[in-house]
Amino acid sequence: MTNIDIRKVVQEELNNIAPEVDMASVDPAADLREAIDIDSMDFLNFITAIHHRLGIDIPELDYPKLVTLNGAVTYIAAHLKSGKD
Amino acid sequence: MAEFRMPSLGADMEAGTLVQWLVKPGDRVKHGDIIAVVETQKGAIEIESFQTGQIEKFLVDVGTKVPVGTPLAEIRAESEAKPAAAAAVPPPPKAPAEKPAPAAPPPVQAPVRPPSPPPVAPPTPVAAGARTSPAARRLAEERGIDLSTITGSGPQGAITYADVERRLGAPAAVPEKKRAPAAAPEKKRAPALNLYAMRTAIAAAMARSKREIPHYYLEHQVDVTPCEQWLAQKNATLPPDARLLIGVLALKAVALAARRFPAFNGFYRDNKFEPSEAVHVGVAIAIRGGGLTAPALHDVDRLTLDELMARMRDLIQRTRAGRIRSSEIADPTITVSSLGERGVEALYGIIYPPQVAIVGFGKVVVRPWVIDGAIGPRSVVTMTLAADHRVSDGHAGALFLAEIGRLLQEPDKL
Repeated sequence: MTNIDIRKVVQEELNNIAPEVDMASVDPAADLREAIDIDSMDFLNFITAIHHRLGIDIPELDYPKLVTLNGAVTYIAAHLKSGKD
Repeated sequence: MAEFRMPSLGADMEAGTLVQWLVKPGDRVKHGDIIAVVETQKGAIEIESFQTGQIEKFLVDVGTKVPVGTPLAEIRAESEAKPAAAAAVPPPPKAPAEKPAPAAPPPVQAPVRPPSPPPVAPPTPVAAGARTSPAARRLAEERGIDLSTITGSGPQGAITYADVERRLGAPAAVPEKKRAPAAAPEKKRAPALNLYAMRTAIAAAMARSKREIPHYYLEHQVDVTPCEQWLAQKNATLPPDARLLIGVLALKAVALAARRFPAFNGFYRDNKFEPSEAVHVGVAIAIRGGGLTAPALHDVDRLTLDELMARMRDLIQRTRAGRIRSSEIADPTITVSSLGERGVEALYGIIYPPQVAIVGFGKVVVRPWVIDGAIGPRSVVTMTLAADHRVSDGHAGALFLAEIGRLLQEPDKL
């Protein structure tokens, strides 16, 4: 899975939570909670969706690493890789 | 023979429009089954049956607006089933079931009032091909309207009679057109939610509250570090779908405290207070684009935290998708409003009539705090109470808030 594919998955899952947001216009370095107005339940649903879809475990302690679009892509890419090794 | 009536979904509701039947004559229904969709100011609401039996016949046509209390259908109780007819009617097909609600095990103890847990596996509300209600289809055909040009506002995007009416420019109950410029972009919004109607309902309820209820307000700061530590430890070993949020601890603590302090749990009606045995906590849920609604989680004081979390997740998802059930709208006995991790430190709620109290939670902030004579950083939340002075006063309110704070010091006992 390339970073482009991962970004697409992340954007899709965020769009499921915030359907009216044009993800292409979201600053990839912005805090998603502010940028697309998601609350803690939304964020947990996002983490749950990524967990189910890509099979990676995201402990609560790592949540801060996924609060931006770029952060989420980097984190997921690293964990998909380490899962394969 | 029992009658299934247009329910009252709040003190301000006078009438509702029958949008869709989800059963047909001959179908068996049981208590809690969703059998119809009704359009109200609060949006499309899924109506549950209070009876168990067999649908005998419909008394009201789809598309008709009728006053609260009007019989909509006759339901024949199991015991009085016509022997001949009963045999002829095939059992209803097993609903393929949305995933069995992770939520709804029966309450642990026998509830005092009739239990109303969300049904475990409601029949899928809109069968394939049912995306337009029969009345809407008929109207559209009569008037030559192309249904594909109408955006449905019913469950799962179903086109309702009212949608077609609106398209025809017929006078609708609310002036829909005015909402367009003010609202956020509406593409892809959950179809059953009409934010303009929701705002109208909020305005009516809040204006009535401010007019009639003599509010008093209290606030109390609580150290929730024990909650955070307990949650971090518990969640560390759990997959995301089983993790708990701090909001669930807050809900449970409020419910337990409300059971101990009945003056904050119940309804004020006809110049008197009716305390409620059951604790049904209304959860204020923000709707994207600017709406707010506070459907009930039932018997919160009797649920485990895991059950409560599953139900809260389910309720928030359904609410945001415009799929609230009648029992959830009609009977919250107290409301909790929580601003979550963003926003401000305190909110002062307005009581939702006929309830008598609303508890607010601000965001959790790290503050210097004195423990055992030493100052250290702790996670602190500001709780507020707005309560009805016709029923209680500040002294009792203070004890109630303090009890919630005390319960939050021992999250493992919640």
